[in-house]
Amino acid sequence: MKFDLVWLIPIFPLAGVLINGLLGRRIEQKNKSLVHWIACGAVGLSFVVTLGLFFKLLGLPADKRLYDFAWFPWISSGVFHVGVGYQIDPLSMFMCMFVTGVGFLIHVYSIGYMWHDEGSYSRYFTYLNLFMFSMITLVLADNFLLMFLGWEGVGLCSYLLISYWFSDLANAVAGKKAFVTNRVGDFFFAVGILLLLVHLGAHGIWSLNFSVVFAHANLLSPHLVTIICLLFFLGCTAKSAQIPLYIWLPDAMAGPTPVSALIHAATMVTAGVYFIARCNVLYSMSPFAMEVVATVGALSALLAASIAVTQNDIKKVLAYSTVSQLGYMFLGLGVGAFAAGLFHVLTHAFFKALLFMGAGCVIHGMGGEQDMRNMGGLRKRMPVTFYTMMIATLAVIGFPGFAGFFSKDGILWETFSGAHGSYILWLIAVLTAAMTAFYMFRLIFMTFFNECRASEEVQKHIHEAPKTMTVPLMVLAALSIFGGYIGVPESLGGSNLVERFLRPVFGLGKDKLLQSAGGPGLIHRAVSETAAHQSFSTEIQLMFLTAMMVLAGIFAAYMLYMKKRSVPETLAANNPSFYRLLLNKWYVDELYEKVFINPLRSISFFLWKGIDVVVIDGMVNSTAAFFMKCGSAWKASQSGYVQRYAVSFLVGVFVLIAYYMYVR
Amino acid sequence: MNHLSFPILSTLIFFPLLCAILLMFIRSEGGKNDELLRKIALVASVVEFLISLVLLKYFNDSTPGMQFVEFAPWVRSLSINYFVGLDGISLWLVIMTAFFVPLCVLCSWTYIKEKTKYFLISIFILESAMIGAFVSLDLILFYVFWEVMLIPMFLLIGVWGGERRIYSAVKFFLYTAAGSIFMLVAIIYLYYFSYKTTGAGTFNLLDLYKLNIPITTQLWLCAAFTVAFAIKVPIFPLHTWLPDAHVEAPTAGSVILAAILLKMGTYGFLRFSMPLFPYASHEFIPVIAFLAIAGIIYGALVAWAQPDMKKLVAYSSVSHLGFVMLGLFAFNIEGIEGGIYQMLNHGLNTGALFLLVGMIYERRHTRMMDDFGGLAKVMPVFAIFLMIATLGSVAVPGTNSFVGEIMILVGAFRAYPVCGVFAVSGMVLGAVYMLWMYQKVMFGPVTSEVNRKLPDLNKREIATMLPIAVLVFVMGIFPGMFLHKMDSSVKYFINQYQQKYEMYEAEKSGNPVATHLKGFKIAVDSDAAFHNGVYSRGR
Amino acid sequence: MNDYQSVYLALSVILFSIGALGVILRKDAIVVFLCIEIMLGAVNLAFVVFSRANQSAEGLFMVMCIMAVAGAEAAIGLAIFVLLYRKTGTINIDKFNLLKW
Repeated sequence: MKFDLVWLIPIFPLAGVLINGLLGRRIEQKNKSLVHWIACGAVGLSFVVTLGLFFKLLGLPADKRLYDFAWFPWISSGVFHVGVGYQIDPLSMFMCMFVTGVGFLIHVYSIGYMWHDEGSYSRYFTYLNLFMFSMITLVLADNFLLMFLGWEGVGLCSYLLISYWFSDLANAVAGKKAFVTNRVGDFFFAVGILLLLVHLGAHGIWSLNFSVVFAHANLLSPHLVTIICLLFFLGCTAKSAQIPLYIWLPDAMAGPTPVSALIHAATMVTAGVYFIARCNVLYSMSPFAMEVVATVGALSALLAASIAVTQNDIKKVLAYSTVSQLGYMFLGLGVGAFAAGLFHVLTHAFFKALLFMGAGCVIHGMGGEQDMRNMGGLRKRMPVTFYTMMIATLAVIGFPGFAGFFSKDGILWETFSGAHGSYILWLIAVLTAAMTAFYMFRLIFMTFFNECRASEEVQKHIHEAPKTMTVPLMVLAALSIFGGYIGVPESLGGSNLVERFLRPVFGLGKDKLLQSAGGPGLIHRAVSETAAHQSFSTEIQLMFLTAMMVLAGIFAAYMLYMKKRSVPETLAANNPSFYRLLLNKWYVDELYEKVFINPLRSISFFLWKGIDVVVIDGMVNSTAAFFMKCGSAWKASQSGYVQRYAVSFLVGVFVLIAYYMYVR
Repeated sequence: MNHLSFPILSTLIFFPLLCAILLMFIRSEGGKNDELLRKIALVASVVEFLISLVLLKYFNDSTPGMQFVEFAPWVRSLSINYFVGLDGISLWLVIMTAFFVPLCVLCSWTYIKEKTKYFLISIFILESAMIGAFVSLDLILFYVFWEVMLIPMFLLIGVWGGERRIYSAVKFFLYTAAGSIFMLVAIIYLYYFSYKTTGAGTFNLLDLYKLNIPITTQLWLCAAFTVAFAIKVPIFPLHTWLPDAHVEAPTAGSVILAAILLKMGTYGFLRFSMPLFPYASHEFIPVIAFLAIAGIIYGALVAWAQPDMKKLVAYSSVSHLGFVMLGLFAFNIEGIEGGIYQMLNHGLNTGALFLLVGMIYERRHTRMMDDFGGLAKVMPVFAIFLMIATLGSVAVPGTNSFVGEIMILVGAFRAYPVCGVFAVSGMVLGAVYMLWMYQKVMFGPVTSEVNRKLPDLNKREIATMLPIAVLVFVMGIFPGMFLHKMDSSVKYFINQYQQKYEMYEAEKSGNPVATHLKGFKIAVDSDAAFHNGVYSRGR
Repeated sequence: MNDYQSVYLALSVILFSIGALGVILRKDAIVVFLCIEIMLGAVNLAFVVFSRANQSAEGLFMVMCIMAVAGAEAAIGLAIFVLLYRKTGTINIDKFNLLKW
């Protein structure tokens, strides 16, 4: 398979969009299953092509693993030239593999989930395929602007899919919130791209192509790089739901559950991580930006975990868990552990998609119920769902041996020991790990154990999900267990294949990072590379410590939600204000509403009613009124009586005669 | 250069007029021949569009000069000529004009029930005048077309408009006419000035380009032109006629107003005030850039506050045209090409939005967003088209506006980065108000019984919308096809501008070598190739 | 200038003044109309005088024109008055201010 066939990867889903989008309603009437055959087939083909290219890439020596396929010119004017082109390198292939792979599984899962839905089946799959197209474009693009197309495209699909059940206004509002929040992020992102373009242009490099930009990144002044990196990061906080722009993600759970699994857990929200990893050269040049990334990531992880502890909606818990796990990834990136961060992206895609899909099965089986207080005891009724979700839970909390363990450990170790790491951040991360274990097991206990708290009516209909839904669960469960073994750290006798595979991409950034490690920074410690690689025993001790914290979290959850189930309520009752603070998500939504949205809305009303109508239009109309007044003053002279006109006529004649006789 | 011996521009200008005259002779008492009239109008306007496509085939995109030039004396004693020509800047605008008229005829098929004949005649006269204004190379000829446009538009609003149509029509007419008076004075002064300096007064634009106008005079003349064009664009504080006119005008009127008439203003800057008065234009950059930014943000915020869909779209025009102005006054290729491209995009997107708003107004006789809700369920096809128009308007990558806006922003960041940053915020606000509207109208439960029974778009309406929807994506993904045609003209434009600006700058600083004679010579030399080919042919 | 000419011109001025005052002051439309004719007559007289004084026929030519116009005016004007009278029952000029803005 030739690399030039890379354009096939995005084009299959696009074809699916066109077919289902234009003819979908007719196909749906004739043969409903054809719709999902087209949609799933398109993504499946993309996956196959990706696989082919991936193995071809593996066949090349590590330093030759870069291919840029320029397809056709896009925008070309003056000095500004941007083409549509795809870049094949370890990073893009790594992303593309799990995007198409997990995407395909979720497409299959959607068949079962959406089959009986009243909404338009073809519309759903059109959006889903459009999302795949955008996401693939995002990860494969070889320049900033085309990536931005994917970046906004996934945001758009997210909007469309969140408000898929638009008849409920709350869903529509959530969709809009997601889009607008992302647009706020995109504002910074776009400014960053434009600054980069113009400032590199000042050195004669008018290009947005990744490899060109990174090759010439040295031309930029450090301050500028910091500004650009921070702008980019703000864009990423919107897309990847970090402080301060994470607010849209929990609301986005209004969409169908497969959508939450695909977009809001596995793929789209990791775009920010991908992007920062892609720009590792730039970030490595700016220690300050790296610190910001790490700190924001750690804080997001902690904040989201604290909120997740109190949520009762099963999907909201998972949503906050996603924010929290994304925080880990950013922490990893921020401390320079690019490969570890991306490894966590991969494992997270497996187990979080699985968790969402499992939650989807639960919701499906319970007839749409999402509140965990009305669940319970589902272990017996939905065994496949239970066991797969259990695996995913163990993976997400980083239970030794499961996928999440290896990836999370990579991040934690680098945070502890890396050149850019910090003990404070490490503490936060470990604390968050314990909280993760707590709220995830809280979810499991509330949903699957004890007696069923649902109404009789619902209980009768509880059933295991159909095959199309459970098979993807099982595949992902397998990946959640074994997926971690591609990145076993050297301390445990592994060879960390992920890091080795990604090394060509991050090599340049790593070099820069080491150069800058001695530079000024707020919280990072200047440690040399050799010192950073302390003995493996320290790493193993830390792993043990983390595992203990996790077990403590599980134990706490077991005590509170299995043994002494009255305790949570008393706890909440004894600390009402704190409980409320957590339950209402630290009131961040309300704060934004008060500080940004409401004032802006008032300003816009003021501009309309006050400035536009009264001042500006008032000036226009009063100009007209002025001339009207002048006219009115004169109009009395036009009495309509012929004789008065005759008099003025005569007077005029006399005046003229007098003028010519006496004055001239 | 012009391989076409056929006077195609005159055909384009006068064919619609001919159609108007033809329609005059068809009896239409009591609306009995309305169907026939509409059909004739549709066929004629499509034919006109096809003729305009011939331009594309014969247009030579390697030359910056005027093509398809036609020259005939008109008023010899004042040396006013019938002088028309086309270059890369006006090419797409002419084609877009011809593109929109059939759509206007289609969308008025059932919307206009009274005086159909006169309505169609007005549209055709308007088309003549618009195309004429885009191709005129003689100032008086341009002025004539410019003013002629007002009359049919005035009638369209005043006769077929909504409740406050008279107020709006008069406001529109007086406001724009008041601006043009300044332009007329400036045109006459230019004539006088050319008479004084060269001994032969002229209204010929290409000759006037070569004049070397003293700086103070330039500032005054440029200000006069700017006022006229700024009102038409409309630039921020001069915009209040626009929402009124848009809201009251019938759908076809709004579409033409938004898609083409507003472009007259921006086109005027590009064709007249910027090349005629390069130094003064340069001096105006801070003012225009500030007003453009103010317009972008102000228009977006005010649009957000509107309860009326049509008014929302009207205010969004203020915002989008701010972008165009920002691009044009960046004075670099990216900015100007982006500006021109964005003119086309704004025409398509806003035209589409007005068409769609008109379609539900025709069904429901209200445009208030609160009266709607959940229409996506009742009218799925409508929902798709509105979504496409919304996406285009919001400048989602892959749609046409994104290309235009990003080019403008690149231009703006090169010329004045701070303004550029503010302009980007327009993209955020654009999403806010457009999605606000989309959500209020299309999403949520269907609240009103009347809305539950609304019919979806019929075949005619789909036929109206489909070309625009396709173009939104084509222009977003393959902008090269469009940009390529304007490349050399814009490059030449920038070149000329820079040369002249440097010349004035040298003159101002009192550099004795670079007096105007020398500068004049440079200018003449560089257009020698371009004028001798085209221009002598006209003579 | 000969004496007889000044006599005729004086007569013309007097006639014109009478006509003008009549036009301004009288209320009956027909009388106003008559006064206009008097003014026209005065002008004609002046034309004839000057024509004779200058030994040219141009003045006489103007007189013929004015008489023709006056005739046409009389025909149309009287017709208007008749119609006005039929419509409103009066031809008092003060009753008609239809030309008002």
